Amino acid sequence: MSRYVVRRLLIAVPVIFGISLVLFTILALAPGDPFEELATNPNVPPEVRMNLRAKFGLDDPLPVRYTRWLTSMLRGDWGFSFVSRVNVDTLIVQRLPTSLFVLGSAQLLGLLIALPIGTYSALRPYSVFDQVTTTFAFIGFSLPTFFTGLVFILVFSLWLDWLPFIYRADISAAGWRWWWEHARQAAMPVAVLGLFQGATLTRFVRSAVLDVVRLDYVNTARAKGLSERATVVKHVVRNALIPVVTLVALQIPGIFTGAVITEQIFRIPGIGSLLISSILANDTPVIMAITFVFSCLVVIFNLVADLLYGWLDPRIAYR
Amino acid sequence: MDECRLRGLIEEVRAGALSRRRFVQAMVGLGLTAPLAAQMLAAAGVAQAQPKVQYAPTRRGGGGALKVLWWQSPTLLNPHFATGTKDQDGSRIFYDPLAAFDPDGNLVPILAAEIPSSQNGAVAKDGKSVTWRLKKGVVWHDGKPFTADDIVFNWEYAADSATAATTISSYKDIARIDKLDSHTVKLVFKNPTPFWADGFCGYRGMILPKHLFEPFKGAKSREAPANLKPVGTGAYRFVDFKPGDIVRGELNPAYHMPNRPHFDTIEMKGGGDAVSAGRAVVQTAEYDYAWNMQVEEEIMRRMEQGGRGKFETSPGGNIEHIQCNQTDPWKEVDGERSSVKAPHPFLTDPAVRQALSLLVDRASVQEEIYGRGGQVTPNFLNSPSKYVSKANRAEFNVEKAVQILEAAGWKKGADGIRAKGDKKLKMVYQTSINAPRQKTQAIVKQAAAKAGIEIEIKSITASVYFSSDAANPDIYSRFSTDIQMYTTTQASPDPQTFMEQFASWEVSAKDNKYQGRNITRWRSEEYDKLFRAAETELDPVKRAALFIRMNDLVIQNVIVVPVLWRNKVQAVSSRLRGAEISGWDNDTAFLYNWFRA
Repeated sequence: MSRYVVRRLLIAVPVIFGISLVLFTILALAPGDPFEELATNPNVPPEVRMNLRAKFGLDDPLPVRYTRWLTSMLRGDWGFSFVSRVNVDTLIVQRLPTSLFVLGSAQLLGLLIALPIGTYSALRPYSVFDQVTTTFAFIGFSLPTFFTGLVFILVFSLWLDWLPFIYRADISAAGWRWWWEHARQAAMPVAVLGLFQGATLTRFVRSAVLDVVRLDYVNTARAKGLSERATVVKHVVRNALIPVVTLVALQIPGIFTGAVITEQIFRIPGIGSLLISSILANDTPVIMAITFVFSCLVVIFNLVADLLYGWLDPRIAYR
Repeated sequence: MDECRLRGLIEEVRAGALSRRRFVQAMVGLGLTAPLAAQMLAAAGVAQAQPKVQYAPTRRGGGGALKVLWWQSPTLLNPHFATGTKDQDGSRIFYDPLAAFDPDGNLVPILAAEIPSSQNGAVAKDGKSVTWRLKKGVVWHDGKPFTADDIVFNWEYAADSATAATTISSYKDIARIDKLDSHTVKLVFKNPTPFWADGFCGYRGMILPKHLFEPFKGAKSREAPANLKPVGTGAYRFVDFKPGDIVRGELNPAYHMPNRPHFDTIEMKGGGDAVSAGRAVVQTAEYDYAWNMQVEEEIMRRMEQGGRGKFETSPGGNIEHIQCNQTDPWKEVDGERSSVKAPHPFLTDPAVRQALSLLVDRASVQEEIYGRGGQVTPNFLNSPSKYVSKANRAEFNVEKAVQILEAAGWKKGADGIRAKGDKKLKMVYQTSINAPRQKTQAIVKQAAAKAGIEIEIKSITASVYFSSDAANPDIYSRFSTDIQMYTTTQASPDPQTFMEQFASWEVSAKDNKYQGRNITRWRSEEYDKLFRAAETELDPVKRAALFIRMNDLVIQNVIVVPVLWRNKVQAVSSRLRGAEISGWDNDTAFLYNWFRA
């Protein structure tokens, strides 16, 4: 087992290295530069722009820039944003809690919806309940979040005037009011993401439970007189959820990188909106940091998912 | 409009026959800036109108929270590093300049005790110096006094090229600053400077505290902790800043203006898009004010129906225009397309350019696309007014264009495209990707087709088009097509820098890495001479006449076809009062006057 982990970790090193090289090259080859806005302003002499480019090392050849980035990254120096001139790690730390809160709650909401509904409809396949939930699940994951987001804003903010549609990370209230304000502003984005997540997971849970519920050991459990509840909870769901756990583990990196579109619609200051604004501004150090962290998380959580799978299902052995 | 007419108009203003505002509008109509027009009046001794500010609150504070939306939010709060107005607007909450420009271009003293003028002797007759008296008793947010030393320091800081300040152009022509006493400074210029209100005024005039920035002058400028935690003299004190997300401030109890500010806290929230920002102010009233509303007219009207707010406009100096390439973009000379060595095959023919100008249906573009976001303009910088020179008219007339082309020998071929010899009237028309621009392109293309000119449309992602990457042939300054369209910003109160973009020494070329500002590559000895004369002309009226003449040269030769004069548009909640926005200064320039009804 530990040999397996060590081997996987060793393989991860060249993978992550390769990813960083590809990312850096693509970003360097992409057109545009971070001082675009200065170009159309007649009052900023071109020398200022040239000076800034030289100062931030944008004029150096690609291998030099990559090596510089890599060595400082290895030393734990993430560099600074060309746009705000703030250290990249500070920027990410500022944005991370918001993304974690919104996406984490959405993931939780998705699971809370998917587990009971998916299991129940699998136990009674093709019943009215199953048909209805299946229809809603299909609608749910066919509608993109930017569409449901706008519909929610239209209904709850513009028509009913119940909820604010601008998310503020720091609310200047205390105590109960703080909680209330937070719940109000998070309601729409969490619902949008959670329902989407829930719809996909429901289908997944349903098919996983369906696979298990027909197996002989379930019949045996029923035959020996176990209550339906015990059969389902202890024997069916327990085994059916193994692939679901893996899926959820693989989705965790997504929580850290935010939801680009939803964050943009609701003005949530999370990692996703930081990424999109950095891409628009050609702010290479920030884009590099976020995408690189994301790829590391994906690699790590793939390993975690594999290990979890083995732990939950002893039939799987690691060599 | 020559010098004589101008003097006549100034006399009319003095006699009261013409209002100040109409005069300023007329001057802006002639391609000048409002601040320059105001300077002409000041120099002629026409007393500056007392700004009529309706500020109702009788005590400081008590206004609650002011919430404003900047859909592109500030990413840094050091005004000398600002890459766009968003950063300046954010910095302006905390920092003050010596004086600000009001909507009519008048200087309003902020940290100055009074505005220098030749009457009070503060502006030297030879144009080589100006003396500013500073307001006494002003303190920085940390309690330290504001003095002449801070002014001297800001000049040293911004003019040092190692600091890489984006404001350097406003400070590098100051030879030295003499500190006359603790609250008086004399700015000595390298050359006679007709427009002295550039450094320390308006957009690029915000003043940093010497005691916090002194150790971080030059190459170490990025490391200053105060870059992220501003300590200024402004109406609000710094609370919190998250780049690209939010700027928060609280009332400055020691602010130097009586009874101000009204609001206890201010919050500038960023992100999202213009339309939803407009909704949050005008429809749901979650926010009080939103900046730069690039929203279609029809959507604005629908949002306003609720009556909770409205969209207001203020004229500034931005012009959407089409440029005619004077060099051949399709022929490579010494590895360079659009080289001055290869004149354009047909755009050098005045008849073709005249015809092109007649084929731009500005009225439709304004009504159908921009709405209140723009005004039709015949001049490079123009506004509709009764003083507009008769020579320049925004006309849309396909028949007339056809006549001009016929007369010049451009005959229709079998394919419906006009040609003369082996030259065919086929053009490529490029601009950045932006819905209103693509619609404008389509309108022009359609009209041109009727007159027998074939236009091929090309659109480029803005981040590529406006980049400074000299290796990319698609950047606007390489101008690798026949005509192109974009907005040029007139962010300066004085037109001189703006007008330099037609001077022959500014031609954008491979040699200067396409950094030259003359994109059309038009060269005119007459224009150069006028520009050189304006650089040193000290009489504001004579100087204004020179600029008007330069504007006429560009327009009458159709080097550019002005399409629209773009207004600043902002969403204002119906509860917010006193939010008067100047087109010549930041949206937050007069934040201290804002209050809630």
